Formats: sequence, structure tokens, C-alpha cells
Amino acid sequence: MTFLQQLINGIHVGSIYALIALGYTMVYGIIKLINFAHGDIIMMGAYITFVSLIMFNVPIWMAVIIAILICLISGILIERIAYKPLRNAPRISARITAIGVSLFIENLFFKIFGGNPRPFPVLIDPTPISLGSLQISMVTIVTIVVSILLMIALDLFVKKTKTGKAMRAVSEDHGAAQLMGINVNTTISITFAIGSMLAAVGGILYSTAYPQIDPFMGMMPGLKAFVAAVLGGIGIIPGAMLGGFIMGIAESFTKGYISSQLADAVVFGILILVLSLKPSGIFGKNVKEKV
Amino acid sequence: MSRMDKKLKSYSINIGAILVIYILLTLLMKFGIINSYYEVIVISIGINIIMATSLNLATGYLGQLALGHAGFMAVGAYVSAICTSHMNLPDTLQLIVSILVGGIVAGLFGILVGIPALRLKGDYLAIITLAFGEIIRVIILNLNITGGARGLKGIPLLTSFNSVYWITIIIVAIIYTLIHSRHGRAIISIREDEIAAESVGIPTTYYKNFAFSLAAFFAGIGGGLYAHYYTVLDPGSFDFMRSIEILIIVVLGGMGSLTGSIVAAIVLTILPQLLMDFADWRMLIYSIILVIMMLFRPEGLFGKKEFSLITLLKGKQHAFNPTPNSHGRSE
Repeated sequence: MTFLQQLINGIHVGSIYALIALGYTMVYGIIKLINFAHGDIIMMGAYITFVSLIMFNVPIWMAVIIAILICLISGILIERIAYKPLRNAPRISARITAIGVSLFIENLFFKIFGGNPRPFPVLIDPTPISLGSLQISMVTIVTIVVSILLMIALDLFVKKTKTGKAMRAVSEDHGAAQLMGINVNTTISITFAIGSMLAAVGGILYSTAYPQIDPFMGMMPGLKAFVAAVLGGIGIIPGAMLGGFIMGIAESFTKGYISSQLADAVVFGILILVLSLKPSGIFGKNVKEKV
Repeated sequence: MSRMDKKLKSYSINIGAILVIYILLTLLMKFGIINSYYEVIVISIGINIIMATSLNLATGYLGQLALGHAGFMAVGAYVSAICTSHMNLPDTLQLIVSILVGGIVAGLFGILVGIPALRLKGDYLAIITLAFGEIIRVIILNLNITGGARGLKGIPLLTSFNSVYWITIIIVAIIYTLIHSRHGRAIISIREDEIAAESVGIPTTYYKNFAFSLAAFFAGIGGGLYAHYYTVLDPGSFDFMRSIEILIIVVLGGMGSLTGSIVAAIVLTILPQLLMDFADWRMLIYSIILVIMMLFRPEGLFGKKEFSLITLLKGKQHAFNPTPNSHGRSE
């Protein structure tokens, strides 16, 4: 029975990781850059929800929408200001910029809100529903349902809409996409907007699950989500979803059966294993590099 | 003048300069002009130079972003401290043995982390080193031998100004000669164009691992010196921010410039001490510097150039010499 309980917990955090991993994988697919600031969008989402709820007393649904909108705009701004000028620069410059942006957001929030962790308000009634000896909280159900709905929506968006088609085209070949009349800059902005939106939702759900927020909270989930994206095959959307769930379940079982402190080390182990055995990830194809 | 003579002359000028600085600093310490407070800064500068030049080897010359340099420093610090506590040799010998053991273990960790990430192209090293830096702290916190969250106390004070000064000189000299050797050119060629390097027969995976684990080895030595100077280790002092502080020294000084790293290490160690307000805003300013430098001057303040005493003494306009790059300066 504890096995089932751990599995449900794993799917709970896993669905959050999957949401965050989607942003990483989409951005990586389209501009081949690890957006280190993605983890901090998680933190921003949580903080903005916190501020609008506590300081401005807005209703929950509005706080969530405000958080999503601000994160979405920040995502676009980050790309426009920091990444776009470096699109043709050496890769290492773009990577260092990404780290710089991430640090900037963290320390900006540190300056504004201080470093002390703050309790995140209760958004969803935490009393668990008992199914036999199984305890499922409403938080878990809402998280899993919201995540899966968002993933289905994203999948439909990428596969069925014109913009989605443009995104796939740009991620395959910037130049060719441009020749076909696709506005590459807009498409990249849209990708960042969607990724940041998902990260904002992920951040809110994460803070509901672990109700304590601090300016550096985005780093660990961001790292885990990135590993999830690599595990599923970086740049591949279904891969990020599957990777997220695997990461969540692996973490939950480590916490339950081995040691809760080693759960973070398991992430590292998985990353090393994936990179050693199948670096292209579960769904990845082995692409030969052409000169 | 023949080439041999020229080389001999330049070596003697540099060695002379090193000795003059050494004697000057020793005298200043003897007469108390550099008091114990300033001595801490001088020693931190030395350790930061070791950390920055070694990171420069991985990030500047090899062109791989490594974000866990503090993790290797932590490995070196803890291993050497534990090594000292289990041995009983004369002080100087003990320090050398301990920091070497610390460095070797850090280097082994470098190989362990590097092999999976460096055989691939792309951003994997950045993320794997970032993860390593975070995880190693968790592991140190949970081990008994490292003292856990309480930290490791009572490490004998073995590091002195002398040892830091000479070890820093030796490490910088090793990196300098490595970069100007055949192996160094191989490393730089990987930065310039990995595919081209591979196609002319350079074993890229080997050289990537070699440079990266050597950087980790030197970082471990830096950590060992740190441990035997501060005599107390706390896992919190080797966090991600420390890795970033080292990275910013490299970026500011110029990726691919050893003298740039040295100057930046001196400036960025002294600056927070001088300006208390600056210390408060340090990380925010550092992050802005990182972005602005990459957007407007990605080559850093010194670029890929080295400051050279010889050209300065000759009165040439350019005291800055470009380091050899893949375009091949064959002299």
C-alpha cells in the first residue's frame, strides 16, 4: 500500500517536473540553449501569486492569472534582451548570459523580499481523501489534472495550429523556416511565452505541494526538470512529459525507501546514467552531425 | 639575439619580477605594513588566482562552461583536511602531501563528472557540473567524516603566505606552459572548432577530459590551501555562489587570458573588502556584469591577450600579446 502511496506522490511531483521540463525542452529545441533562467520563472510565479494574494487580497483565480501573465512577459523580455543579440555568438557567451540572467532574477527577488523563506498561502483545501488506506489530497488531484490538461493542450497546439507548425519548422532549421515566410523572432518569442507560462503554473503547483517559497527555490526543481528533459530526449515534447514523471517517481521512491536526503543525489545519478548510456534520451534519435 | 637567448632573457625577467614581488610582500609583512587583516586578503587573492586560472583552463581555453568549480574546491578542501588529521608529517611536507591528495581526489571527481558529459557536444557539462556542485554539498552534509552541517573544525594551520605564493606561481606557470605546448594548442583548437579539431586528428574527448580534470585537480589544491588556512570548513562556503564568483573573475579578466584572471582575481577580492555597500549588492552587480559583458564585450577586459613584462620593458606600444590560437602562430 505504501508502494501505491509513493507512486501517487511521485506522479504528483512528476507532473510538476514535466510541466517545467516542457519549457526547457521547447526552448532548447528552438534555440539550442539551456535557459537557466527557466528555474527562476518558477520562483517568480510563486512569488507573484504570494504577493497578489497576501498584499493585494485578490481572488485566487486572479492571482494565478496575474502570475502567469507576468511570467509570460518576463520570458519574452529575457529572450529579447539577453538571448536574441547573442543568437549568432559563440555558444559559451549565450550560456554565460543565461546564468547571468538567472542570478539576476534570484538576487533581485532576494533584494526585494529578503532571503527568509515565506509560507505560501493555502490555495487548495489540504485535507486528504481516504481511499482505503490510501491518502490522496485534493492538491495531488488538482496538480495532476491541471498538468495533464496543459500537456494535452500543448500537444494539440504544437501539432494542429499554424503557430505550432511554425515552431516545429524553426526548431528544425532557422534559415529554411525564414525562407518559407515564417517570422522566426516571433516564433521564438511565442516559445518562450509558452514555456514561461507553463513554468509559472509549475511554480504555483510546486509551492502548493511544498508551501514555502524563497528566492532560490527555483534552482532544484529547475535542475530536476532539466534532467527530466534530457532523460526524455532534449527538444522532444512527449519526452519531457515522460521524463518528468520518471524523475518524480524515482525521487518519491528514493525518499520513501532509501533516504530523503539522498533524493537530490538520485537526480545526479540519473543524469550521469542517461548521458553515459543513451545521451539522446528515451525518445531521442541518434542524429549524425553534418559539417 | 638568438631565440634561445630571447627565451632565457624573458624567463629571467619574469622570475626576477616574481622574486621582487615576493620579497616586497614578505618585507611589508615583516614590518607590519601588511597586518594580519591584509594578510587574509593576500592569501584569499592567491587562492582565488588558483581557482580562476584553473577555471580559465576549462572555460576560457577549452571553451566548456563549468559551473561547479566550488564543488571541486570542496572535495579538495575536505579530503586534504581529513588526510592531515590522519597523518603526522612535518608541517610543510604534510601540507604538500595533503593538498596533493586533495587535488588528486578532486581530479578523479573531475574525470567522473567529465567522462559522461564531455564525450558529447553541447551544454551537458554546464548542467552536470551545476548538479555536481549542488549534490556534493548534500553529500558532505550527510557524511560523518566531514562533520556534516556542524562543519569540520580543528584543521591545523599549515598554509602560510609562502606556501600560497609559491603554489600559485607554480600552478599559473604549469597552466601557462601547458597552453603554449602542443597539448595546449590541441585544447584551444577544440574551443575554436570542435569538428575541425576532430578532423585533423585531435582526440577531442581525451583533451576535453584532460583539461577539465586538470582544472578540477588545481581547484582541489586551491581547496586544500583554503582548508589549511581557515582551519574550519563549512559546506555552505562552497555553494553555487562561490562557483559563480570564480566564473565572474574569469569572465571579467577575459576567457583565455591568464594575466586577465590574475588581475581580475586581485580586483574582485579587494573590492568587496573596500566597499561594504558593494558587498551587499555584490551578487546583483555580478549578475548584471555577466550579462553586460557577454552582450558588449564577450572577450572580457583583457580578451585573449596576455600582459607581458618583456614587451612592456622594450617600450613597445602593445604590452599585450595574443596567446597562440588555432590560426597558428608557429614561433
